[in-house]
Amino acid sequence: MIAARENWGLKETWGSCAYIFNDVVPVKCQNRVFQETLTNRNLYERTRPNMKLYEYMAKEIFHKSGIAVPRGAVYTRAEDVVEFVSQHAQVAIKSQVLSGGRGKAGGIKFADNAEEAVECARQLLNLKIKGLKVETILVEEKLQIDKEIYVAITVDSSAKRPLLLASAAGGMEIEEVPDEKLIKRLIDINIGLRPYAAKEIARRLGLNREEAAQVSEIILKMYQIFCAYDAELVEINPLVVSEGRVLAADGKITLDDEATFRYPQDVPIVEERTEREVKARELGISYVELEGDIGVMANGAGITMATIDIIKYFGGEARNFMDAGGGASTEAMVHALEILLSTEPKALLINVFGGITRCDDVARAYVQVKNSLDIKIPVVIRLVGTNQAEGVAILRDHGIDSYEEVGEAVKRVVALARSSAKGA
Amino acid sequence: MAIILNQNTKILVQGITGNQGQFHTAQMLTYGSKIVAGVSPGKGGQHVHGVPVYNSVEEAVSNEKIDASVIFIPAKLVKEAAFEAMEAGIETLVIITEHVPLHDAMEIVALAQKEGVGIVGPNTFGIISPGKSKIGIMPNTIFLPGEVGVVARSGTLSYEIVSQLSKAGIGQSTVVGLGGDRIVGFSFVDILKKFEADPESKAVVLVGEIGGNAEETAAEYIKGMSKPVVAFLAGKSAPPGKRMGHAGAIIERGKGTFQSKVEALTAAGAHVASLPWEVSKFVAEVI
Repeated sequence: MIAARENWGLKETWGSCAYIFNDVVPVKCQNRVFQETLTNRNLYERTRPNMKLYEYMAKEIFHKSGIAVPRGAVYTRAEDVVEFVSQHAQVAIKSQVLSGGRGKAGGIKFADNAEEAVECARQLLNLKIKGLKVETILVEEKLQIDKEIYVAITVDSSAKRPLLLASAAGGMEIEEVPDEKLIKRLIDINIGLRPYAAKEIARRLGLNREEAAQVSEIILKMYQIFCAYDAELVEINPLVVSEGRVLAADGKITLDDEATFRYPQDVPIVEERTEREVKARELGISYVELEGDIGVMANGAGITMATIDIIKYFGGEARNFMDAGGGASTEAMVHALEILLSTEPKALLINVFGGITRCDDVARAYVQVKNSLDIKIPVVIRLVGTNQAEGVAILRDHGIDSYEEVGEAVKRVVALARSSAKGA
Repeated sequence: MAIILNQNTKILVQGITGNQGQFHTAQMLTYGSKIVAGVSPGKGGQHVHGVPVYNSVEEAVSNEKIDASVIFIPAKLVKEAAFEAMEAGIETLVIITEHVPLHDAMEIVALAQKEGVGIVGPNTFGIISPGKSKIGIMPNTIFLPGEVGVVARSGTLSYEIVSQLSKAGIGQSTVVGLGGDRIVGFSFVDILKKFEADPESKAVVLVGEIGGNAEETAAEYIKGMSKPVVAFLAGKSAPPGKRMGHAGAIIERGKGTFQSKVEALTAAGAHVASLPWEVSKFVAEVI
C-alpha cells in the first residue's frame, strides 16, 4: 500500500493545478482489489472485467502527462468542500461515478459560495446514480467555456486498430453527435499516432492557430496515455477552450485488465461490483448477477449465454451468468457452487460440455462437493464431451442422474424451480 | 478440400513442453494431425510424444517444413511467440491462449495483415478439418467429416452445435473458432469467403454472440454468397453493459444487441435458429 499512499493519499500540489486530496479518499482506493493488484499481480490473470477510472483519476493521469485540467479537489464529506471553495468564486461539484449520463441524473451542480457548495455536496453525496450511491465528489473551479470539443481514442474491433474520434460538437454524448460532425481516423498501431496526423485532426476542428496547436499536443499525449496505460478508451469530453487555454473539463479512461502485469505502479483500480462478483473474480470465474431464480454454472462464455437463453425459452429465468472455465478442480467447484448457493436460487443447472474439461474430472469434483456442501435445492447436471461415459458412470454410482440433451436438462430445471418456488 | 487446414498441413507447437502443450500435442497426434516440431526455449533436443523440440522457431523452420504454428504460451508472452513465428515465415498461427492484452492483440494482428499471415484466435479452441487434421483443444469425438463449414466465436457453444450436426448425420468440412476476444485475427467475413470458395463446403453455419458488429459485417457479405448460411446467436437474454464472459460479449452504448444481429442476418438471407438444436434441422433443409 505504500506505493498507493504516496501517489494517491498525500496532499499534492502541482504548480498551478492543485488537486487537494482529502485524507479520506485514499481509503476509498484502498479496497482489496487495489491492494491485491499491487501485491499480487498474478491473481487476476484469468479474469477480464472492464476497468474504468473515476474522472478525478483520469484527470490525475492527464495532469501528469501534461494535459491541462481545471484546478480541483476530491472529497468524501460535504463540509470539507469549504477548504477548496473558499479559494474560488464559483465552483462545479461533480459526483464521481462510473456510469454514463451523470449530468442528466443530476450528478453535477454549480455553486457561487461556500454555503451553497456544502449544500450541493451534501445533495450529491446522498444521490444514487443508476443504483449506486455517490461516495466521492470532485470540486473544481468553474471554467469560462468558449468552445467545447470531443476527442477520444478507442479500439475499433472490426478494423482491429486504435480509432481516434474528434468533433467540434463537444459536450454532448458522443452517440448524439451526427456522423458528418465526427472526425474518425484509424491508427496503425505499429506506426503510432504521428504529429502530422494530430495536426490534421486539430486543423479540421475549426480552431484558431494557437488553439489548434494546443489541441494537437493534447491528442498526441492522449495517444501516449492510451499506449502507456494499456487503455481501451481515453476520452476527453468536453475538451474546452477557456480564455485561450485548452483544458480537459471531463475525462474517461478505461484500462485493459489483461495487462495488469505491466501497469505503471500508480494505476488505481476502481470497481463497482457486487461482493459475489468480486469473489468470483478472485476465483478466476466470469460471473454476472441476473434477476431470476435458477442458478447456472457452465463452461465457456458462449454456452453459458446460450444456456441462459434456453432457460428463458422454456419459461424460466437465470439467477446468474457463470462461466466456470476449463478447470474442474474440486476446490474451484466448491467455491463456485458456494457463490451460486449464496444467491438462494430455487434450483441449479450445471451444464458442462467437455473439451479441455474432462467429464470424469467434473463428475468426481461434483461428487466430492455434494458430500461436503449441504445442498438443499434440486440440482440438474448435463454432462457431455471428453470422457463422457466415465463421468456419467461416476455420477450414476453416486445416485446422481445426468442429462445428455441440453434442452431436456433445462426443461427439468425450470420445472424443478417452479415446484420448489411453490413449495416455499 | 477443406479450408486452411488439411491432412498434409505440417504443424509446429510453440510451448510444447508445458502441461497444455503436452496434453494437446498428444490429442492432436491421436487425431492424425501432422505435428512435425515443437518449440520450448532451453529444451531443444528433447522429444514430446516423439515430436522433436527446438529452442526457437527459427531453429525449427531450418530443420522442418512448417505450414502452421499453434501457440500454447502464457498470455503475457503471446506477442513474443507470435512475432517469432511470423519473423520465421510461418503463414498460419493458431493462438489458443486467452487473456492476451488488447494492445498486444492489435500489434499481432497489424503485423499479420502486413505480412499476409492468417491468425486464428487468440482465445480460440482452434481449427479442425474433421477426419483430416486438427489444430487446437477441441474434443476429438464430436466431429464428423462432411460438407458443412462452421465458423464460431465461442468454443463450447460450437461443440454443442457441431455435436447436434454430427448426431443428425451432417458432417463438417472445417470448423473454425475465431476466438472470444475483442481483437482476433480472422473475422467471420475472412472465413465465409474461404467457405464460399471451397468446393467441398456446401453450406455454412455461423455461431455468433452479442457484442461488437462482427455478425452485422458478416451479414453484408452473406447477401452476396451463393451458399446457404444458418446462424445461431447467443446472448438473447443478456443485460446491457455486462461482459458475458468473453471480452467481446457486451452490449455497449446500445450497440451489439441480439436484435440488431438477428435482423441483419435475416435480411441477408441467413436462416437464424433460435435454439441450438434447430441448427441441424435448418441445415438439413438447405443442403
